[in-house]
Amino acid sequence: MNRYDLTIHQAHQLLKKREVSALELTKAVLEHIAQVEKKVHAFVTVTQDEALRQAAQADERIKSDDLTPLTGVPALIKDNMCTRGIATTCSSRMLKNFVPPYDATVVVKLRDAGMVMVGKGNMDEFAMGSSNEHSAFFITANPWDLARVPGGSSGGPAVAVATGEAIYALGSDTGGSIRQPAGFCNIAGLKPTYGRVSRFGLVAFASSLDQIGPMTRDVADSALVMNVIAGYDPKDSTSVNYPVPDYTKSLIPDLKGLKLGVPKEYFVEGMQDGVRQAMRTAIAKLEELGATVDWEVSLPHTKYALAAYYIIAPSEAMANLARYDGVKYGFSYEGKNMWDAMEKTRGYGFGPEVKRRIILGTYALSAGYYDAYYLKAQKVRTLIRREFEEAFERYDALITPTSPTVPFKIGERVDDPLQMYLSDVCTLPINIAGIPGLSVPAGFCDGLPVGMQILGKPFSEEVLFRIGYAYEQATGWGERRPQLEKGGKETGDLERG
Amino acid sequence: MKLSREEVVHIAALCRLGLSEEELERFQEQLSNILDNFDILQQVDTSDVPPTAYPIPLENVVREDEVAPSSPQSDILANAPRQEEGYFRVRAVLE
Repeated sequence: MNRYDLTIHQAHQLLKKREVSALELTKAVLEHIAQVEKKVHAFVTVTQDEALRQAAQADERIKSDDLTPLTGVPALIKDNMCTRGIATTCSSRMLKNFVPPYDATVVVKLRDAGMVMVGKGNMDEFAMGSSNEHSAFFITANPWDLARVPGGSSGGPAVAVATGEAIYALGSDTGGSIRQPAGFCNIAGLKPTYGRVSRFGLVAFASSLDQIGPMTRDVADSALVMNVIAGYDPKDSTSVNYPVPDYTKSLIPDLKGLKLGVPKEYFVEGMQDGVRQAMRTAIAKLEELGATVDWEVSLPHTKYALAAYYIIAPSEAMANLARYDGVKYGFSYEGKNMWDAMEKTRGYGFGPEVKRRIILGTYALSAGYYDAYYLKAQKVRTLIRREFEEAFERYDALITPTSPTVPFKIGERVDDPLQMYLSDVCTLPINIAGIPGLSVPAGFCDGLPVGMQILGKPFSEEVLFRIGYAYEQATGWGERRPQLEKGGKETGDLERG
Repeated sequence: MKLSREEVVHIAALCRLGLSEEELERFQEQLSNILDNFDILQQVDTSDVPPTAYPIPLENVVREDEVAPSSPQSDILANAPRQEEGYFRVRAVLE
């Protein structure tokens, strides 16, 4: 097996036993990046010198037996998380030359654990998008088929983990931006409960929806990363002060005693037959593993989540992006006077999707429209949350597809915003409710990955991990790798599992 | 519900976004289309339903008013487009 194909836990064993050094592992990953980047473009910045230096430091720690499971393991950080001294661009012209003077809390935690950071990941600009096509710099390609999107907005991180350009990555999720690309790239992606992981240093998109989470090769790795990044942070006033369990204790390979529900509203009209079929097979496997499954659950308010999200998120975004005015940092257009300078700074600095959402949000919050749009959406949000609460009184978890379709072609939806928004119809309600959601590989349709989404009540990541782990151990979907040399088409089918 | 061009111009001014003619026209159409899809929320009965701002049981999170180290001025000015004598150089606010 290539070193860059290892999981965190596999790499940790080898590092602990001194069978490989952090430097060797890091060099293998960096060489692989050099090979593969020209096909997929997952990185905005490759931090080669940094990585080699950190790897050497990790090797020192390993020599004195002072290592954690993440020590010496190469990681990619999505480019909307501040990294001191290293450009943090949010894949936007607005922040192309922005170098933060501080590290995000999650970055500090990973550094303390001995992370080797190999670079910053390409994304949809300011995390607004579902395909990585809205990066102001370049499009990231799906390694399973280079003519298709990897999903977004954490497309770069998803691709890097899928190809071996990083052993794991951190993404962020506001409406599905970890889970959907994870599903599109055949990896595991977790959006933690809102408030579980600190947002300090995450460039804010929608403050009541954003969460940072791990993107990994398997569920055990996700648990290892969560053990480090989860927890209360006094610098984030929306971070919740609950103790962090050892998530690796939840990796139990059977589902005996668990009651699962399948909400039928997530099997939308317009869902691909192959995805529907893969989901049926996957859920049948969960029954085989010992769970009781109710296939007839109904969450009638699901259909309102898209509208609620596309009012709430842009409204919060317009407030969060008001700071980009060319005064203290970022792109700054000279202009004729103060207002002209600000308007042109924002007009040139932001891409079209960002501008669309700022206008949408401003409209929804403006006098005369606030009650009908923003306030109404917030009330519908309460109903969506309550519906999940009630469901979780009867079920330990809910199972849905991560996306109604397999990865679509580059260019197919980028000119039709509404079509693009529909890609997230299965993931948005989860952010609205603030509950956790885990996407795991669940098979293939026409050679393209299908993801299964596991939902639980707030702070039930352990249940999600158990279900994801049991399923993954029984099926092995996540062990398949894209064949980039052949142009990236995986010719797998549903025969396994 | 369709957005008029004047409305788009007005909103763009509110959020200080400079838009080209082409953008004004394109956004007017795309956003009208998107807004049409929000009408579905009017179907929902939300009388007596409180709004949710944040999905966590936290309110008024405060800390003790204690002085702690802050960032050095050099860090803060490092990304400044224009600076002078330790200040951000800005455009005249009043003509």
